[in-house]
Amino acid sequence: MRFIFKTKYSQDINIAKHNGDRFWYSLLILIMAALPLVLDDFYLGEISYICILSIAGIGLMILSGYTGLASLGHAAFLGVGAYTHAFLLTNGVPFYASIPIVIVVSFLVGAVIGIPILRLTGMYLAIATLALGFIAEHVFIKWEHFTGGNRGLPVPQPEFLGMSFYDSVFFYYVCLVFLIAAMFAAINILRSPTGRAFVAIRDSEIAAQSLGVNLGLYKALSFAISGAFTGLAGALLAHYIGYLAPDIFNIFLSLTLLLLIVVGGMGSLHGTVFGAIFVGFLPQLIAICRDYLPSSIGSQPGLEPMLFGLILVFFILYEPLGIYGRWIKIKLFFELFPTYKRQTFKKQKVFTKSDRV
Amino acid sequence: MSLFEVKNITVAFGGVKALNDVSFDVDKGEIFTIIGPNGAGKSTLFNVISRIYEPSKGEIYFENKNISKTKPHNISKLGIARTFQNLELFENATVLQNLLLGRHIYKKTNILSEVFFTPSARKQEHEYRLKVEEVIDFLDLQHYRDTLINGLPYGVRKNVELARALCTDPKLLLLDEPSSGLTNEETIDLGFWIKDIQSLLGITIIMIEHDMSFVNKVSDRILALNYGKILASGLPEEIKNNVDVKQAYMGE
Repeated sequence: MRFIFKTKYSQDINIAKHNGDRFWYSLLILIMAALPLVLDDFYLGEISYICILSIAGIGLMILSGYTGLASLGHAAFLGVGAYTHAFLLTNGVPFYASIPIVIVVSFLVGAVIGIPILRLTGMYLAIATLALGFIAEHVFIKWEHFTGGNRGLPVPQPEFLGMSFYDSVFFYYVCLVFLIAAMFAAINILRSPTGRAFVAIRDSEIAAQSLGVNLGLYKALSFAISGAFTGLAGALLAHYIGYLAPDIFNIFLSLTLLLLIVVGGMGSLHGTVFGAIFVGFLPQLIAICRDYLPSSIGSQPGLEPMLFGLILVFFILYEPLGIYGRWIKIKLFFELFPTYKRQTFKKQKVFTKSDRV
Repeated sequence: MSLFEVKNITVAFGGVKALNDVSFDVDKGEIFTIIGPNGAGKSTLFNVISRIYEPSKGEIYFENKNISKTKPHNISKLGIARTFQNLELFENATVLQNLLLGRHIYKKTNILSEVFFTPSARKQEHEYRLKVEEVIDFLDLQHYRDTLINGLPYGVRKNVELARALCTDPKLLLLDEPSSGLTNEETIDLGFWIKDIQSLLGITIIMIEHDMSFVNKVSDRILALNYGKILASGLPEEIKNNVDVKQAYMGE
């Protein structure tokens, strides 16, 4: 068990709370950086995809996990980011200029959509965001000048820093750097007044308001920030897929993101990575399992969505805090060993108000 | 010159008049208590002051400024803080985060400086923390800084809510039943704290309260409400002996 002796306010403000944090997270980054030495292209591609999912997950986590606003149409922002990026690259804008533009565009789209939509709460907000997802999909189909419609839009793979995006090692590093940057940005937002205001809105709107939090402004800001992160993920996703078609950004992708944050753990940034690993590897796992199942079950086309749904239900019922919650319990078990009691976490099994939609 | 003035406030929910033509004023540095049986309109009055309810008639003046049209989130910027009858804390946050939110109205950073956590953002966090620590010292919350609210006992939560209101550096503090659910000892402590808030911090207090011995001990003036109307107002002894008040409470 570690006891931190605090002598400075900075110790509460800093990201790393003690040297142990610094050591383990540096080690993690080093290991991630060294992965191309041991893994082949296929697995690097998979991990790049997990990084992209994590960035999108951060976006949705800020909105749902921290501000307590549900979104069932977040694939729309992935689409906005992906199409904007592909369109800009096609028109000769270099990569390093395109990414900031994508972030700003998704931020603005989020703000513009957020202002009217966030007057709704709970179930109605969920329905409205669901509709947003469908509308976005149709816009991607109909706005042919911009998106190429149903014919799709090839994503140019330009040179960046003298390297090509076809090189999976280089693409892996790009995704990893963006994930780390996004993580830092999210942590910074959450440890400053804006992030606290989000949490305040999640836990009690009326108290937040009486403390001077402008509800409309901060909800729209949360939607915009969430959009910006997800848009960035969309831009990277465009490179990963290589060819954009409107039906990529369908309801199933939105639900995957939702599954990601619930399984990972609502209200924790660690959860986005855990959830992304889970969601990223799950289809592979299902594909592998199919071979071992009797063909009457294994060849059923609906197996994947059904398993996704089942897992979501089981997590909500039995581990509302997700994989991260489970991780905390395991960590505490070893810290307190052998005095850990099962009841320790009984009390914490409460639902945040946002869960009671 | 009074600090705070309510003029002819009427609030109607459909046909029910929760408040009917209520007027009173509160002087600077006073502890002003509002009493009344259940459903008398006390909490409605607080919600009107913090602009959660829209009054059908009447005006509210704070420092001679009409605040009847102020946005709810701007009320705390004027220097009015409040607590709630059934605690409205941020349950899945630590005590420290709750208190830091009390400093939200002093925020100077924008979203860009926060994303990069610039030195100015860090400096602001330090400034917030200094004030928060003052309040923590004042209300003896040192043990609970890093505890989540949903792991705290009720009495401490009440205290945290009071602390959060104090963190906004208010001129006027609205306390909605501060002693409900507290033990006798905690109520006695609360009495001292309220007196200290008045004398040491110079904050004017309007309080809704049911515990009459507590009310008589700390209040400078009392207002009695029943069915949305003012029954009586005056010094504690006057209210104690008022016939209308006795009748409303005891039905004599």
